[in-house]
Amino acid sequence: METVLEIKQAYKAFDGFVAINDVTIDLKRGEKHAIIGPNGAGKTTLFNLITGHLKVDRGSVTFEGKEITGTPPHRIVKLGLARSFQRINIYPRMTVFENVQVALIARDGRSFHLFTLGHALNRDESAELLALVGLSAEAEELAGELAYGKQKQLELAISLASHPSVLLLDEPTAGMSPPETVEAIKLIEEIAEARGLALLFTEHDMGVVFGISDRISVLHHGELIFSGAPDRVREDPEVRRVYLGESHGAA
Amino acid sequence: MPPIEGKTMSMLANPTFLFYQFMNSISLGMNIFIIAAGLSLILGVLRVINFAHGAFFMVGAYVCWSTVTYLDGATGSFWLGVAAAAVVLGVVAFVIERGLLHYLYGREHLTQLLFTFAIVLVVGDLAKMIWGTDQYNVPYPHGLSGAVNFGFALYPAYPLLLCAIGVVVAVGMWLVLSKTRWGRIIRAATQDREMLSALGMNVPLVYTGVFVIGSALAGLGGALAAPRVAVSPGMDATIIIECFIVVIIGGLGSLWGSFLGALALGFVTMFGTVIFPDWELVLAYVLMLGILLWRPWGLFGVSEEESH
Amino acid sequence: MQGKYKATFWLSVVLVALLLLVPALGSKYLVDLTTEIMIYALFALSLNVLIGYSGNISFGHAAYFAIGGYACAIFLTTYEWPLIISMPAAIVLAGLAAAFVGYFCIRLTDIYFSMLTLAFGMLVWAVAFKWRGVTGGDDGFVGVAVPEFIGDRYAFFYFTLTVVALSTGLLWLICHSAFGRTLVAVRENRMRASFVGVDTRRLRLTAFVVAGTFAGIAGSLFAMYNRGVYVESAFWTESGQVLIMTLLGGLYSFFGPALGAAVLYTLQVGINQYTEYWPVVLGTILLIIIMFLPNGLVGLAQKISAQFSRRT
Repeated sequence: METVLEIKQAYKAFDGFVAINDVTIDLKRGEKHAIIGPNGAGKTTLFNLITGHLKVDRGSVTFEGKEITGTPPHRIVKLGLARSFQRINIYPRMTVFENVQVALIARDGRSFHLFTLGHALNRDESAELLALVGLSAEAEELAGELAYGKQKQLELAISLASHPSVLLLDEPTAGMSPPETVEAIKLIEEIAEARGLALLFTEHDMGVVFGISDRISVLHHGELIFSGAPDRVREDPEVRRVYLGESHGAA
Repeated sequence: MPPIEGKTMSMLANPTFLFYQFMNSISLGMNIFIIAAGLSLILGVLRVINFAHGAFFMVGAYVCWSTVTYLDGATGSFWLGVAAAAVVLGVVAFVIERGLLHYLYGREHLTQLLFTFAIVLVVGDLAKMIWGTDQYNVPYPHGLSGAVNFGFALYPAYPLLLCAIGVVVAVGMWLVLSKTRWGRIIRAATQDREMLSALGMNVPLVYTGVFVIGSALAGLGGALAAPRVAVSPGMDATIIIECFIVVIIGGLGSLWGSFLGALALGFVTMFGTVIFPDWELVLAYVLMLGILLWRPWGLFGVSEEESH
Repeated sequence: MQGKYKATFWLSVVLVALLLLVPALGSKYLVDLTTEIMIYALFALSLNVLIGYSGNISFGHAAYFAIGGYACAIFLTTYEWPLIISMPAAIVLAGLAAAFVGYFCIRLTDIYFSMLTLAFGMLVWAVAFKWRGVTGGDDGFVGVAVPEFIGDRYAFFYFTLTVVALSTGLLWLICHSAFGRTLVAVRENRMRASFVGVDTRRLRLTAFVVAGTFAGIAGSLFAMYNRGVYVESAFWTESGQVLIMTLLGGLYSFFGPALGAAVLYTLQVGINQYTEYWPVVLGTILLIIIMFLPNGLVGLAQKISAQFSRRT
């Protein structure tokens, strides 16, 4: 299968603390690839390196055959790589509708149109995206006043607005109740299927991870200690030792 | 800008004059440092730009003048004035922090900024009501009106003492910040506010303490500056800009950054006055811009984006 | 036109019509006061592009007002250029100055941004103060050669009304444009905005330039109205005052700052008749807004009307 995203020998340190050490990882087109690891393993840092929020000290990031190391986040998004965040990341004092509309305005390169009224732009598509994630009824509410689970859905809609081919999801079910988790994962799977999205995601719920992943990679202390099919990850002695063994009780 | 004149060149070639300007630069730098250190401390811990810091500085100078005048310039009256300035500003700061600012920490950055600006307006006018708009001069303290003989040149004793006090304040603050429990708390607050309450610290008390100490430093700096400058309304605006430049150059909340920044500003101002008379302030900006181009977060500053 | 904006449009038409009638009231004093208020209203509206819409608190906005004023005065008087060239040139100059300063400031966030804008604002003040030969230093630049066709009080009133109305219309469009909407998103969540593909830095710089340019328009009007420009208009307290106007009116409404300007300026003129201590009054007003009116007069009005409609 074709590789869409490739991280090669990435290395990142903060003040002498090595957060990501020589990590090589890739993502195939349409694949669902989970990255797991104990807290502080470097998952979020890895995401920040991919999306351009942080810059690798060494190594490279390639997306759709194009090297994007050191490219600012807003350009990377335009290439078709979107992300959602662990902590809720929306525009609280704008309406739900506007939250999505702004993303569409950006995708169409109209963010700098000073003399085009914003109100009328991308209305149909905004409505479609909201319908897709089930937020049509809340379109005119302030995003900050939505319930937690709905804010997560809104975030997903914002991420989808840029028509990505790859979606990075950082803990998509964090803070959700078990029924909400089931709903959210179902939604994500459906959308990924329908749009042919490749997913790279971190997730603490092992049920979710083993349920939907095509591949699982394990990070530990900033190093990649395993990458392979879900049925093999359970058998890997190294993974059992550093991760599954100690976290069964905790997670 | 005017071209450098021949006279200026010959002045700069004169070793005695050079020495004199060199010492003046350090003395001015140290005076600014004492004030900027207070601003930087408040900025680092409370994340509040205290615009009123300049006004506090001015009130410090007035208090010193009043004390000296009231005591008819008796021996020791100056130092009493210096102490009074620090105490008065400490008390004023305590009242302002506990009475008002205290309620604004959870609010937007804009609110806090405008709050301190309101204090500038009120304190500035109150000072005008109390002290009028005349210019006052505070004489050098007793025993320090003379000069010290360096063998090859003479240098006035008071500015020399200012240099020493600046260094003492810097080292003292550094010791407190790095060696004491309070210092550790303050440093923790600079880096991570949430950590503080998680550690079970009495955060409001830390904030009050820092605001009081920082403001007392402004008062102290104002009193110490009084013999060096004309005490008058408007001295608050000049100093606050100088402090901002120092903090921007040095990096937010960094003690040694402020120290270096203040020294740099001292040199640029003193030598600028000779080389480009009237344009020394513009030179200070050029210095600031140069440093910002090179290091956008100041000499010792940390990028706000990376630190998250 | 969108139904949503219909009310705004007709209210503006009514307001302009009412303003056109002001000279008919026969009070020279009122004409002057209204002229001044319109200029300050534009100044405050320009600042709100930065404060309200992009969430960047500039404490040096007076600099661009002053640059517009000085430049217009100097072009008209020293160079004897016609108004049609002088004023646009002054406005462009204010915009360019904002672009230069903005380049340094927008790289930094919140606290640094405010400090740096203030420092640059005071740089402009210092230059105006020291550059006697060009600006007149602390004596001010006096005797601005205002063109004859707007030399008369009433003619200048209509000229100001035209310029301010057109500028306000343009500002309104910018604030409600695709750009304006994106600007609010950046204010709300800069990181999220960059991850939907917005170059947030360039966006904020653009907002900075827009704000500076329109402040320049207000400044050039002010210079001609006063037939002089004084260094005080570049001083940081002036930047503070326009910030207070903006806050008093209400940051999160387009017209709020104009209302704030009208109220505060009228108050200032009134109070100056009784005491020289306007700053202490201003400081107190500011403390009251901060403590009790965080959303300004517009926010207060909304609150009251909400209460009223609940009762009926």
